[in-house]
Amino acid sequence: MGVSLSAVRRSYVKILPLALCLAVIGAAAAQEVLAADSAATDAQRVARWKTIATYIFGDRKIEPTETLIKLDAPARAQDAALVPVRLSMPEKDKIKSVYLVIDDNPSPLAAHVKFGPAADPSLLQLRVRVDTYTNMHAVAETMEGRLFGTAAFVKASGGCSAPIDATDEEALKGTGEMRMKFTEGAVPGKPMEATLMIRHPNFNGMQMNQLTRNYTPPRYIDKLSVSYGDTKIFDLDADFSLSTNPVITFSFVPNGKGPVKVVASDTKDGRWEQAFDMPATTN
Amino acid sequence: MTRRETLISGLCLCCLPTTTGAAAPALTEVGSGIFIRAGLHEEVTRANGGGIANVGFIVGRDAVLVTDACGSLADGEWLRAEIRKRTDKPIRYVLVTHVHPDHCFGAAAFVADQPTIIGHHALRAALGARGEFYRKRLAEILGSDRAGPVVYPTEEVKDGLELDLGGRVLRLIAHGPAHTNCDLSMLDVQTGLLFPADLLFVHRVPALDGSLRGWLNEAERLKRLGASRAVPGHGPMVVDFAPAMVDLTRYLSVLREETRKAIADGVSIADAGRTVAQTERGRWALFDDYNERNVVKAYKELEWE
Repeated sequence: MGVSLSAVRRSYVKILPLALCLAVIGAAAAQEVLAADSAATDAQRVARWKTIATYIFGDRKIEPTETLIKLDAPARAQDAALVPVRLSMPEKDKIKSVYLVIDDNPSPLAAHVKFGPAADPSLLQLRVRVDTYTNMHAVAETMEGRLFGTAAFVKASGGCSAPIDATDEEALKGTGEMRMKFTEGAVPGKPMEATLMIRHPNFNGMQMNQLTRNYTPPRYIDKLSVSYGDTKIFDLDADFSLSTNPVITFSFVPNGKGPVKVVASDTKDGRWEQAFDMPATTN
Repeated sequence: MTRRETLISGLCLCCLPTTTGAAAPALTEVGSGIFIRAGLHEEVTRANGGGIANVGFIVGRDAVLVTDACGSLADGEWLRAEIRKRTDKPIRYVLVTHVHPDHCFGAAAFVADQPTIIGHHALRAALGARGEFYRKRLAEILGSDRAGPVVYPTEEVKDGLELDLGGRVLRLIAHGPAHTNCDLSMLDVQTGLLFPADLLFVHRVPALDGSLRGWLNEAERLKRLGASRAVPGHGPMVVDFAPAMVDLTRYLSVLREETRKAIADGVSIADAGRTVAQTERGRWALFDDYNERNVVKAYKELEWE
Protein backbone atom coordinates (compact mmCIF):
# COMPACT_ATOMS: atom_id res chain seq x y z
CA MET A 1 0.00 0.00 0.00
CA GLY A 2 3.03 2.23 0.10
CA VAL A 3 2.80 2.43 -3.66
CA SER A 4 -0.08 1.87 -5.97
CA LEU A 5 -1.34 -1.66 -6.13
CA SER A 6 -0.45 -2.04 -9.77
CA ALA A 7 3.09 -0.95 -8.95
CA VAL A 8 3.17 -3.51 -6.19
CA ARG A 9 2.13 -6.16 -8.61
CA ARG A 10 4.75 -5.18 -11.12
CA SER A 11 7.48 -5.30 -8.51
CA TYR A 12 6.07 -8.49 -7.23
CA VAL A 13 6.26 -10.10 -10.62
CA LYS A 14 9.89 -9.00 -10.79
CA ILE A 15 10.60 -10.57 -7.42
CA LEU A 16 8.85 -13.83 -8.14
CA PRO A 17 8.93 -14.31 -11.87
CA LEU A 18 8.51 -18.04 -11.72
CA ALA A 19 7.03 -18.98 -8.44
CA LEU A 20 3.53 -17.64 -8.46
CA CYS A 21 1.87 -15.28 -10.85
CA LEU A 22 3.21 -16.58 -14.08
CA ALA A 23 3.42 -20.15 -12.98
CA VAL A 24 -0.14 -20.27 -11.83
CA ILE A 25 -1.90 -18.77 -14.77
CA GLY A 26 0.65 -18.67 -17.53
CA ALA A 27 2.62 -15.78 -18.96
CA ALA A 28 -0.04 -14.91 -21.49
CA ALA A 29 -2.49 -14.13 -18.73
CA ALA A 30 -0.09 -12.00 -16.69
CA GLN A 31 -1.34 -8.82 -18.29
CA GLU A 32 -4.82 -9.76 -17.26
CA VAL A 33 -3.69 -10.14 -13.66
CA LEU A 34 -2.17 -6.69 -13.72
CA ALA A 35 -5.33 -5.27 -15.21
CA ALA A 36 -7.66 -6.92 -12.73
CA ASP A 37 -9.37 -4.36 -10.54
CA SER A 38 -12.60 -3.53 -8.81
CA ALA A 39 -14.10 -2.10 -12.00
CA ALA A 40 -13.90 -5.30 -14.04
CA THR A 41 -17.05 -6.12 -15.95
CA ASP A 42 -19.00 -9.31 -15.45
CA ALA A 43 -17.77 -10.52 -18.83
CA GLN A 44 -14.17 -9.92 -17.78
CA ARG A 45 -14.75 -11.83 -14.57
CA VAL A 46 -16.26 -14.75 -16.43
CA ALA A 47 -13.35 -14.78 -18.87
CA ARG A 48 -10.88 -14.60 -16.05
CA TRP A 49 -12.44 -17.53 -14.23
CA LYS A 50 -12.35 -19.53 -17.45
CA THR A 51 -8.63 -18.87 -17.80
CA ILE A 52 -7.93 -19.86 -14.21
CA ALA A 53 -10.18 -22.92 -14.30
CA THR A 54 -8.49 -24.12 -17.47
CA TYR A 55 -5.11 -23.71 -15.86
CA ILE A 56 -6.06 -25.61 -12.71
CA PHE A 57 -8.47 -28.21 -14.06
CA GLY A 58 -7.60 -28.47 -17.74
CA ASP A 59 -10.66 -29.33 -19.80
CA ARG A 60 -12.54 -30.98 -16.94
CA LYS A 61 -16.08 -29.73 -16.65
CA ILE A 62 -17.11 -27.88 -13.49
CA GLU A 63 -20.79 -28.50 -12.81
CA PRO A 64 -22.92 -26.12 -10.80
CA THR A 65 -24.33 -27.39 -7.50
CA GLU A 66 -26.70 -26.21 -4.85
CA THR A 67 -26.04 -29.06 -2.47
CA LEU A 68 -22.56 -30.53 -2.73
CA ILE A 69 -20.62 -27.45 -1.74
CA LYS A 70 -21.46 -24.13 -0.13
CA LEU A 71 -19.15 -21.14 0.10
CA ASP A 72 -19.76 -18.43 2.69
CA ALA A 73 -17.66 -15.29 2.58
CA PRO A 74 -18.50 -11.75 3.67
CA ALA A 75 -19.96 -9.58 0.92
CA ARG A 76 -17.78 -6.78 2.30
CA ALA A 77 -14.68 -7.74 4.21
CA GLN A 78 -14.01 -6.00 7.52
CA ASP A 79 -10.30 -6.64 7.10
CA ALA A 80 -9.03 -7.39 3.61
CA ALA A 81 -6.00 -9.18 5.07
CA LEU A 82 -8.21 -11.48 7.14
CA VAL A 83 -11.32 -12.55 5.27
CA PRO A 84 -13.01 -15.54 6.91
CA VAL A 85 -14.23 -18.14 4.43
CA ARG A 86 -16.45 -21.09 5.30
CA LEU A 87 -16.82 -24.11 3.05
CA SER A 88 -19.41 -26.76 3.74
CA MET A 89 -19.81 -30.06 1.97
CA PRO A 90 -22.63 -31.83 3.77
CA GLU A 91 -22.57 -35.00 1.67
CA LYS A 92 -19.25 -35.78 3.17
CA ASP A 93 -18.73 -39.31 1.90
CA LYS A 94 -18.81 -38.08 -1.69
CA ILE A 95 -16.04 -35.50 -1.37
CA LYS A 96 -12.42 -36.21 -2.16
CA SER A 97 -10.96 -32.71 -2.17
CA VAL A 98 -11.80 -29.02 -2.43
CA TYR A 99 -10.14 -26.06 -4.13
CA LEU A 100 -10.50 -22.44 -3.00
CA VAL A 101 -9.75 -19.87 -5.70
CA ILE A 102 -9.65 -16.09 -5.26
CA ASP A 103 -9.95 -15.05 -8.88
CA ASP A 104 -8.38 -11.62 -8.73
CA ASN A 105 -5.61 -12.30 -6.27
CA PRO A 106 -2.20 -12.14 -7.96
CA SER A 107 -1.93 -15.86 -7.34
CA PRO A 108 -5.51 -17.10 -7.48
CA LEU A 109 -5.38 -20.68 -6.17
CA ALA A 110 -5.47 -20.12 -2.41
CA ALA A 111 -5.74 -23.67 -1.16
CA HIS A 112 -6.33 -27.26 -2.16
CA VAL A 113 -7.53 -29.54 0.63
CA LYS A 114 -7.47 -33.30 0.14
CA PHE A 115 -9.60 -35.16 2.66
CA GLY A 116 -8.57 -38.43 4.26
CA PRO A 117 -10.61 -41.24 5.87
CA ALA A 118 -10.89 -39.43 9.23
CA ALA A 119 -12.22 -36.23 7.68
CA ASP A 120 -15.68 -34.77 7.90
CA PRO A 121 -15.71 -32.31 4.98
CA SER A 122 -18.97 -30.81 6.14
CA LEU A 123 -16.99 -27.96 7.67
CA LEU A 124 -13.83 -26.11 6.66
CA GLN A 125 -12.99 -22.55 7.63
CA LEU A 126 -9.98 -20.59 6.43
CA ARG A 127 -8.82 -16.98 6.57
CA VAL A 128 -7.44 -15.40 3.44
CA ARG A 129 -6.01 -12.17 2.08
CA VAL A 130 -8.09 -10.56 -0.66
CA ASP A 131 -6.47 -8.04 -2.96
CA THR A 132 -9.41 -6.44 -4.74
CA TYR A 133 -13.11 -6.82 -5.48
CA THR A 134 -13.25 -10.39 -6.68
CA ASN A 135 -15.14 -13.57 -7.23
CA MET A 136 -14.15 -16.48 -5.04
CA HIS A 137 -14.72 -19.98 -6.32
CA ALA A 138 -14.91 -23.20 -4.34
CA VAL A 139 -14.67 -26.38 -6.38
CA ALA A 140 -15.31 -29.77 -4.82
CA GLU A 141 -13.92 -32.90 -6.39
CA THR A 142 -15.98 -36.03 -5.78
CA MET A 143 -14.66 -39.53 -5.20
CA GLU A 144 -15.65 -40.40 -8.74
CA GLY A 145 -13.64 -37.48 -10.09
CA ARG A 146 -16.40 -35.03 -10.99
CA LEU A 147 -16.03 -31.33 -10.19
CA PHE A 148 -18.75 -29.15 -8.67
CA GLY A 149 -18.32 -25.42 -8.18
CA THR A 150 -19.89 -22.47 -6.47
CA ALA A 151 -18.92 -18.80 -6.20
CA ALA A 152 -19.23 -15.74 -4.00
CA PHE A 153 -18.38 -12.13 -4.68
CA VAL A 154 -16.26 -10.33 -2.07
CA LYS A 155 -15.58 -6.63 -1.81
CA ALA A 156 -12.18 -5.97 -0.29
CA SER A 157 -9.05 -4.21 -1.38
CA GLY A 158 -5.39 -4.13 -0.53
CA GLY A 159 -5.38 -7.34 1.51
CA CYS A 160 -2.44 -9.00 -0.20
CA SER A 161 0.01 -6.16 0.33
CA ALA A 162 -1.40 -5.05 3.70
CA PRO A 163 1.43 -4.95 6.22
CA ILE A 164 1.32 -7.34 9.14
CA ASP A 165 0.84 -5.78 12.57
CA ALA A 166 4.47 -6.04 13.65
CA THR A 167 7.97 -5.59 12.38
CA ASP A 168 9.37 -8.44 10.32
CA GLU A 169 11.58 -9.63 13.17
CA GLU A 170 8.78 -9.54 15.73
CA ALA A 171 6.51 -11.35 13.30
CA LEU A 172 8.96 -14.22 12.99
CA LYS A 173 9.18 -14.77 16.74
CA GLY A 174 7.43 -17.94 17.75
CA THR A 175 7.02 -19.03 14.15
CA GLY A 176 5.61 -22.53 14.04
CA GLU A 177 3.98 -22.39 17.46
CA MET A 178 0.68 -24.23 17.23
CA ARG A 179 -2.50 -24.46 19.21
CA MET A 180 -5.51 -26.67 18.77
CA LYS A 181 -8.95 -26.00 20.16
CA PHE A 182 -11.62 -28.66 20.29
CA THR A 183 -15.19 -27.54 20.62
CA GLU A 184 -16.46 -30.56 22.46
CA GLY A 185 -15.36 -33.81 24.02
CA ALA A 186 -14.62 -36.74 21.76
CA VAL A 187 -17.27 -39.36 21.16
CA PRO A 188 -15.96 -42.23 19.04
CA GLY A 189 -17.52 -42.20 15.59
CA LYS A 190 -19.19 -38.81 16.07
CA PRO A 191 -17.86 -35.82 14.05
CA MET A 192 -16.27 -33.06 16.07
CA GLU A 193 -14.81 -29.67 15.30
CA ALA A 194 -11.27 -28.50 15.87
CA THR A 195 -9.49 -25.23 15.21
CA LEU A 196 -5.81 -25.25 14.38
CA MET A 197 -3.84 -22.04 14.92
CA ILE A 198 -0.29 -21.65 13.64
CA ARG A 199 1.97 -18.71 14.36
CA HIS A 200 3.51 -17.69 11.07
CA PRO A 201 3.82 -14.26 9.42
CA ASN A 202 2.95 -15.83 6.06
CA PHE A 203 4.84 -13.15 4.17
CA ASN A 204 3.68 -13.40 0.58
CA GLY A 205 6.26 -11.16 -1.08
CA MET A 206 3.94 -8.16 -1.29
CA GLN A 207 4.55 -6.66 2.16
CA MET A 208 6.98 -3.77 2.09
CA ASN A 209 9.40 -3.26 4.94
CA GLN A 210 8.89 0.45 5.60
CA LEU A 211 12.35 0.93 7.06
CA THR A 212 14.32 -0.57 4.19
CA ARG A 213 11.64 0.08 1.53
CA ASN A 214 12.29 -3.45 0.27
CA TYR A 215 9.68 -6.11 -0.11
CA THR A 216 9.97 -8.72 2.61
CA PRO A 217 10.83 -11.99 0.83
CA PRO A 218 7.98 -14.48 0.66
CA ARG A 219 7.83 -17.11 3.35
CA TYR A 220 4.53 -18.80 3.94
CA ILE A 221 3.04 -22.13 5.01
CA ASP A 222 2.53 -24.17 1.88
CA LYS A 223 1.88 -27.64 3.27
CA LEU A 224 -0.14 -28.87 6.17
CA SER A 225 -0.93 -32.43 7.08
CA VAL A 226 -3.40 -33.28 9.85
CA SER A 227 -4.10 -36.83 11.07
CA TYR A 228 -6.02 -38.55 13.82
CA GLY A 229 -3.69 -41.24 15.11
CA ASP A 230 -2.43 -42.79 11.89
CA THR A 231 -5.52 -41.88 9.90
CA LYS A 232 -5.40 -38.83 7.67
CA ILE A 233 -7.87 -36.03 8.25
CA PHE A 234 -6.61 -33.76 5.48
CA ASP A 235 -3.62 -32.53 3.52
CA LEU A 236 -3.63 -28.88 2.58
CA ASP A 237 -1.55 -27.30 -0.18
CA ALA A 238 -1.62 -23.56 0.30
CA ASP A 239 -0.47 -20.74 -1.87
CA PHE A 240 0.30 -17.23 -0.72
CA SER A 241 -3.22 -16.07 0.16
CA LEU A 242 -3.59 -17.51 3.67
CA SER A 243 -3.66 -14.76 6.29
CA THR A 244 -0.90 -14.10 8.77
CA ASN A 245 -1.09 -16.59 11.67
CA PRO A 246 -3.20 -19.11 9.74
CA VAL A 247 -6.27 -20.44 11.51
CA ILE A 248 -8.13 -23.43 10.09
CA THR A 249 -11.30 -24.92 11.50
CA PHE A 250 -12.19 -28.43 10.38
CA SER A 251 -14.32 -31.36 11.36
CA PHE A 252 -13.19 -34.95 11.79
CA VAL A 253 -14.41 -38.28 13.07
CA PRO A 254 -12.37 -39.64 15.95
CA ASN A 255 -12.09 -43.42 15.87
CA GLY A 256 -9.56 -45.30 17.93
CA LYS A 257 -6.68 -43.60 19.63
CA GLY A 258 -5.60 -40.05 18.91
CA PRO A 259 -3.87 -37.75 19.20
CA VAL A 260 -4.44 -35.22 16.45
CA LYS A 261 -1.10 -34.81 14.72
CA VAL A 262 -0.11 -31.78 12.68
CA VAL A 263 2.86 -31.38 10.36
CA ALA A 264 3.32 -27.94 8.83
CA SER A 265 6.02 -26.71 6.49
CA ASP A 266 6.75 -23.44 4.76
CA THR A 267 8.39 -22.24 1.55
CA LYS A 268 11.73 -21.68 3.29
CA ASP A 269 12.02 -25.26 4.52
CA GLY A 270 10.63 -24.55 7.97
CA ARG A 271 8.98 -27.67 9.37
CA TRP A 272 6.97 -28.05 12.55
CA GLU A 273 5.24 -31.01 14.12
CA GLN A 274 2.93 -31.20 17.05
CA ALA A 275 0.47 -33.66 18.57
CA PHE A 276 -2.64 -32.61 20.43
CA ASP A 277 -4.48 -34.81 22.90
CA MET A 278 -8.20 -34.87 22.75
CA PRO A 279 -10.33 -33.38 25.51
CA ALA A 280 -11.98 -35.90 27.80
CA THR A 281 -15.03 -37.69 26.52
CA THR A 282 -18.12 -35.87 27.66
CA ASN A 283 -20.73 -38.60 27.87
CA MET B 1 -16.53 6.44 -2.70
CA THR B 2 -18.60 5.84 0.40
CA ARG B 3 -17.13 5.53 3.83
CA ARG B 4 -18.14 1.91 3.78
CA GLU B 5 -15.98 1.36 0.74
CA THR B 6 -13.02 2.88 2.51
CA LEU B 7 -13.63 0.56 5.42
CA ILE B 8 -13.41 -2.56 3.37
CA SER B 9 -9.92 -1.65 2.35
CA GLY B 10 -8.66 -3.06 5.61
CA LEU B 11 -7.35 0.38 6.47
CA CYS B 12 -10.11 2.47 7.83
CA LEU B 13 -10.44 6.09 6.97
CA CYS B 14 -11.20 6.51 10.57
CA CYS B 15 -14.09 8.45 11.87
CA LEU B 16 -15.93 9.89 8.98
CA PRO B 17 -19.22 11.00 10.46
CA THR B 18 -22.52 10.45 8.73
CA THR B 19 -25.01 12.74 10.36
CA THR B 20 -25.45 15.84 8.32
CA GLY B 21 -23.83 18.80 9.96
CA ALA B 22 -25.29 22.24 9.93
CA ALA B 23 -23.10 25.23 10.55
CA ALA B 24 -20.08 26.14 8.46
CA PRO B 25 -16.85 25.39 10.29
CA ALA B 26 -15.90 28.03 12.79
CA LEU B 27 -13.07 28.41 15.23
CA THR B 28 -13.86 28.95 18.88
CA GLU B 29 -11.40 30.12 21.50
CA VAL B 30 -11.87 27.36 24.06
CA GLY B 31 -9.06 28.51 26.35
CA SER B 32 -6.60 31.35 26.42
CA GLY B 33 -4.95 31.34 22.99
CA ILE B 34 -6.47 27.96 22.06
CA PHE B 35 -8.71 27.88 18.99
CA ILE B 36 -10.60 24.75 17.96
CA ARG B 37 -12.83 23.87 15.04
CA ALA B 38 -15.18 20.95 15.73
CA GLY B 39 -15.16 18.39 12.93
CA LEU B 40 -18.27 18.42 10.79
CA HIS B 41 -20.51 15.44 11.33
CA GLU B 42 -20.46 14.44 7.70
CA GLU B 43 -18.67 12.08 5.44
CA VAL B 44 -15.73 13.49 3.53
CA THR B 45 -17.34 15.29 0.62
CA ARG B 46 -16.23 17.74 -1.99
CA ALA B 47 -18.17 20.38 -0.10
CA ASN B 48 -16.59 19.88 3.32
CA GLY B 49 -13.13 19.36 1.92
CA GLY B 50 -12.25 16.67 4.43
CA GLY B 51 -12.62 18.90 7.48
CA ILE B 52 -14.20 16.35 9.74
CA ALA B 53 -11.83 16.03 12.71
CA ASN B 54 -11.41 18.46 15.59
CA VAL B 55 -8.47 20.69 14.65
CA GLY B 56 -7.07 24.03 15.73
CA PHE B 57 -4.06 25.93 16.96
CA ILE B 58 -2.36 27.28 20.06
CA VAL B 59 -0.73 30.68 20.26
CA GLY B 60 2.23 31.37 22.54
CA ARG B 61 4.25 34.56 23.05
CA ASP B 62 6.56 33.76 20.14
CA ALA B 63 4.94 31.18 17.92
CA VAL B 64 1.95 29.12 16.88
CA LEU B 65 1.42 25.35 17.02
CA VAL B 66 -1.14 23.67 14.76
CA THR B 67 -2.92 20.52 15.92
CA ASP B 68 -4.12 18.44 14.16
CA ALA B 69 -2.73 18.75 10.65
CA CYS B 70 -6.26 18.80 9.13
CA GLY B 71 -7.99 16.40 6.78
CA SER B 72 -6.89 17.70 3.40
CA LEU B 73 -4.77 20.35 1.75
CA ALA B 74 -7.94 22.42 1.38
CA ASP B 75 -8.81 21.99 5.05
CA GLY B 76 -5.26 22.96 6.01
CA GLU B 77 -5.37 26.04 3.78
CA TRP B 78 -8.60 27.07 5.44
CA LEU B 79 -7.05 26.73 8.92
CA ARG B 80 -3.93 28.61 7.86
CA ALA B 81 -6.06 31.51 6.59
CA GLU B 82 -7.98 31.55 9.88
CA ILE B 83 -4.74 31.61 11.85
CA ARG B 84 -3.53 34.56 9.80
CA LYS B 85 -6.73 36.49 10.59
CA ARG B 86 -5.86 36.22 14.27
CA THR B 87 -2.10 36.36 14.57
CA ASP B 88 0.97 36.97 12.46
CA LYS B 89 3.25 34.99 14.74
CA PRO B 90 5.19 32.28 12.94
CA ILE B 91 3.63 28.85 12.63
CA ARG B 92 6.51 26.92 14.09
CA TYR B 93 5.01 23.50 14.72
CA VAL B 94 2.48 21.30 12.98
CA LEU B 95 1.40 18.20 14.89
CA VAL B 96 0.32 15.06 13.09
CA THR B 97 -1.31 13.05 15.87
CA HIS B 98 -1.54 9.79 13.88
CA VAL B 99 -1.66 8.29 10.41
CA HIS B 100 -5.39 8.54 9.66
CA PRO B 101 -6.16 10.79 6.71
CA ASP B 102 -8.56 13.12 8.52
CA HIS B 103 -5.63 14.08 10.76
CA CYS B 104 -2.71 14.48 8.39
CA PHE B 105 -3.44 15.57 4.82
CA GLY B 106 -3.51 19.30 5.62
CA ALA B 107 0.15 19.42 6.62
CA ALA B 108 1.20 20.54 3.14
CA ALA B 109 -0.77 23.79 3.56
CA PHE B 110 1.86 24.96 6.04
CA VAL B 111 4.98 24.18 4.01
CA ALA B 112 5.57 27.87 3.24
CA ASP B 113 5.85 28.52 7.00
CA GLN B 114 8.64 25.96 7.21
CA PRO B 115 7.30 24.49 10.44
CA THR B 116 8.68 21.51 12.27
CA ILE B 117 6.27 18.73 11.43
CA ILE B 118 6.02 16.56 14.50
CA GLY B 119 4.90 12.94 14.60
CA HIS B 120 5.22 9.74 16.57
CA HIS B 121 8.36 7.75 15.80
CA ALA B 122 6.21 5.13 14.07
CA LEU B 123 4.35 7.67 11.92
CA ARG B 124 6.83 7.68 9.07
CA ALA B 125 6.55 3.94 8.51
CA ALA B 126 2.78 4.05 8.89
CA LEU B 127 2.53 6.81 6.28
CA GLY B 128 4.88 4.81 4.09
CA ALA B 129 2.60 1.82 4.29
CA ARG B 130 -0.71 3.62 3.90
CA GLY B 131 -0.20 7.21 2.85
CA GLU B 132 -0.42 6.73 -0.88
CA PHE B 133 -3.42 4.44 -0.52
CA TYR B 134 -5.20 7.08 1.56
CA ARG B 135 -4.16 9.88 -0.79
CA LYS B 136 -5.67 8.18 -3.80
CA ARG B 137 -8.96 7.57 -2.03
CA LEU B 138 -9.09 11.15 -0.79
CA ALA B 139 -8.24 12.50 -4.24
CA GLU B 140 -11.12 10.51 -5.71
CA ILE B 141 -13.47 12.54 -3.53
CA LEU B 142 -11.85 15.97 -3.40
CA GLY B 143 -9.81 16.03 -6.58
CA SER B 144 -6.06 15.62 -6.42
CA ASP B 145 -5.45 19.37 -6.21
CA ARG B 146 -7.40 19.62 -2.94
CA ALA B 147 -6.47 16.29 -1.33
CA GLY B 148 -2.84 17.12 -0.68
CA PRO B 149 0.34 15.04 -0.73
CA VAL B 150 1.60 12.68 1.93
CA VAL B 151 3.82 14.77 4.22
CA TYR B 152 6.34 13.03 6.46
CA PRO B 153 7.32 14.28 9.91
CA THR B 154 10.53 16.27 10.20
CA GLU B 155 10.81 15.57 13.93
CA GLU B 156 9.92 12.27 15.52
CA VAL B 157 8.84 11.87 19.13
CA LYS B 158 10.40 8.82 20.67
CA ASP B 159 8.94 8.88 24.18
CA GLY B 160 8.08 12.46 25.01
CA LEU B 161 8.88 15.96 23.88
CA GLU B 162 8.50 19.41 25.39
CA LEU B 163 7.82 22.37 23.13
CA ASP B 164 7.89 26.02 24.15
CA LEU B 165 5.87 28.56 22.19
CA GLY B 166 7.32 31.32 24.37
CA GLY B 167 6.11 31.20 27.95
CA ARG B 168 3.82 28.36 26.96
CA VAL B 169 5.02 24.79 27.36
CA LEU B 170 3.40 21.84 25.64
CA ARG B 171 4.18 18.27 26.69
CA LEU B 172 3.88 15.60 24.04
CA ILE B 173 3.68 11.87 24.64
CA ALA B 174 4.33 9.17 22.02
CA HIS B 175 1.99 6.37 23.03
CA GLY B 176 2.31 2.64 22.56
CA PRO B 177 -0.04 0.97 20.05
CA ALA B 178 -3.59 2.04 20.93
CA HIS B 179 -6.05 3.72 18.54
CA THR B 180 -3.30 3.33 15.92
CA ASN B 181 0.37 2.40 16.28
CA CYS B 182 1.46 6.06 16.14
CA ASP B 183 -0.68 8.11 18.54
CA LEU B 184 0.57 11.38 19.99
CA SER B 185 -1.10 13.25 22.83
CA MET B 186 -0.33 16.74 24.11
CA LEU B 187 -0.87 18.64 27.35
CA ASP B 188 -1.00 22.44 27.43
CA VAL B 189 0.67 23.08 30.77
CA GLN B 190 -0.66 26.64 31.11
CA THR B 191 -4.36 25.76 30.92
CA GLY B 192 -4.14 22.07 31.87
CA LEU B 193 -6.12 21.27 28.72
CA LEU B 194 -5.30 17.81 27.34
CA PHE B 195 -5.25 16.99 23.61
CA PRO B 196 -5.60 13.20 23.47
CA ALA B 197 -6.48 13.31 19.75
CA ASP B 198 -8.15 10.04 18.71
CA LEU B 199 -7.18 8.31 21.93
CA LEU B 200 -10.47 9.87 23.01
CA PHE B 201 -13.66 9.49 21.00
CA VAL B 202 -16.80 11.16 22.31
CA HIS B 203 -20.29 10.17 21.10
CA ARG B 204 -18.82 8.38 18.10
CA VAL B 205 -17.89 4.73 18.37
CA PRO B 206 -14.13 4.38 18.84
CA ALA B 207 -12.31 2.90 15.85
CA LEU B 208 -9.70 0.31 16.76
CA ASP B 209 -6.70 0.27 14.44
CA GLY B 210 -3.79 -0.35 16.83
CA SER B 211 -4.09 -2.51 19.93
CA LEU B 212 -7.10 -3.03 22.19
CA ARG B 213 -5.09 -3.94 25.26
CA GLY B 214 -2.67 -1.16 24.41
CA TRP B 215 -5.45 1.40 24.15
CA LEU B 216 -6.78 0.48 27.59
CA ASN B 217 -3.26 0.83 28.99
CA GLU B 218 -2.69 4.19 27.32
CA ALA B 219 -6.08 5.36 28.58
CA GLU B 220 -4.83 4.76 32.14
CA ARG B 221 -1.67 6.65 31.36
CA LEU B 222 -3.68 9.61 30.08
CA LYS B 223 -5.84 9.59 33.21
CA ARG B 224 -2.74 9.86 35.38
CA LEU B 225 -1.93 13.21 33.76
CA GLY B 226 -4.73 14.61 35.94
CA ALA B 227 -6.35 16.79 33.27
CA SER B 228 -9.92 17.87 33.96
CA ARG B 229 -10.80 18.95 30.43
CA ALA B 230 -9.81 17.68 27.02
CA VAL B 231 -10.20 18.28 23.29
CA PRO B 232 -11.17 14.89 21.82
CA GLY B 233 -10.20 13.93 18.29
CA HIS B 234 -13.91 13.66 17.46
CA GLY B 235 -16.87 14.98 19.38
CA PRO B 236 -17.47 18.30 21.11
CA MET B 237 -14.62 20.83 21.06
CA VAL B 238 -14.02 20.44 24.79
CA VAL B 239 -15.28 17.81 27.22
CA ASP B 240 -14.90 16.93 30.88
CA PHE B 241 -12.14 14.39 30.66
CA ALA B 242 -13.06 11.86 33.37
CA PRO B 243 -16.63 11.04 32.28
CA ALA B 244 -15.62 10.96 28.63
CA MET B 245 -12.92 8.44 29.47
CA VAL B 246 -15.42 6.33 31.42
CA ASP B 247 -17.50 5.92 28.26
CA LEU B 248 -14.48 5.17 26.11
CA THR B 249 -12.99 2.58 28.45
CA ARG B 250 -16.37 0.96 29.04
CA TYR B 251 -16.75 0.32 25.32
CA LEU B 252 -13.18 -0.95 24.97
CA SER B 253 -13.56 -3.19 28.04
CA VAL B 254 -16.81 -4.69 26.78
CA LEU B 255 -15.16 -5.27 23.42
CA ARG B 256 -12.22 -6.99 25.11
CA GLU B 257 -14.21 -9.17 27.51
CA GLU B 258 -16.86 -10.28 25.04
CA THR B 259 -14.26 -11.00 22.37
CA ARG B 260 -12.29 -13.08 24.88
CA LYS B 261 -15.45 -14.98 25.74
CA ALA B 262 -16.25 -15.59 22.07
CA ILE B 263 -12.75 -16.97 21.54
CA ALA B 264 -13.03 -19.20 24.63
CA ASP B 265 -16.45 -20.46 23.49
CA GLY B 266 -15.18 -21.36 20.04
CA VAL B 267 -17.23 -18.69 18.28
CA SER B 268 -15.68 -18.00 14.86
CA ILE B 269 -14.22 -14.60 14.02
CA ALA B 270 -17.03 -14.03 11.51
CA ASP B 271 -19.79 -14.84 14.01
CA ALA B 272 -18.09 -12.87 16.79
CA GLY B 273 -18.17 -9.78 14.59
CA ARG B 274 -21.95 -9.89 14.61
CA THR B 275 -22.48 -10.71 18.28
CA VAL B 276 -19.85 -8.98 20.41
CA ALA B 277 -20.50 -5.70 22.25
CA GLN B 278 -24.10 -5.39 21.07
CA THR B 279 -25.11 -3.85 24.40
CA GLU B 280 -23.13 -0.80 23.32
CA ARG B 281 -25.12 -0.27 20.12
CA GLY B 282 -27.45 2.43 21.41
CA ARG B 283 -24.67 4.39 23.03
CA TRP B 284 -22.60 5.37 20.01
CA ALA B 285 -23.04 6.99 16.64
CA LEU B 286 -21.91 4.85 13.70
CA PHE B 287 -21.86 1.71 15.82
CA ASP B 288 -22.91 -0.55 12.95
CA ASP B 289 -20.24 0.89 10.69
CA TYR B 290 -17.30 0.27 13.00
CA ASN B 291 -18.07 -2.29 15.67
CA GLU B 292 -17.76 -5.40 13.52
CA ARG B 293 -14.42 -4.27 12.24
CA ASN B 294 -13.30 -3.51 15.80
CA VAL B 295 -14.26 -7.05 16.83
CA VAL B 296 -12.24 -8.60 14.00
CA LYS B 297 -9.25 -6.52 15.03
CA ALA B 298 -9.73 -7.42 18.70
CA TYR B 299 -10.21 -11.12 17.95
CA LYS B 300 -6.98 -11.23 15.95
CA GLU B 301 -5.14 -9.59 18.83
CA LEU B 302 -6.65 -11.64 21.64
CA GLU B 303 -6.81 -15.15 20.19
CA TRP B 304 -3.12 -15.74 20.92
CA GLU B 305 -3.31 -14.60 24.57
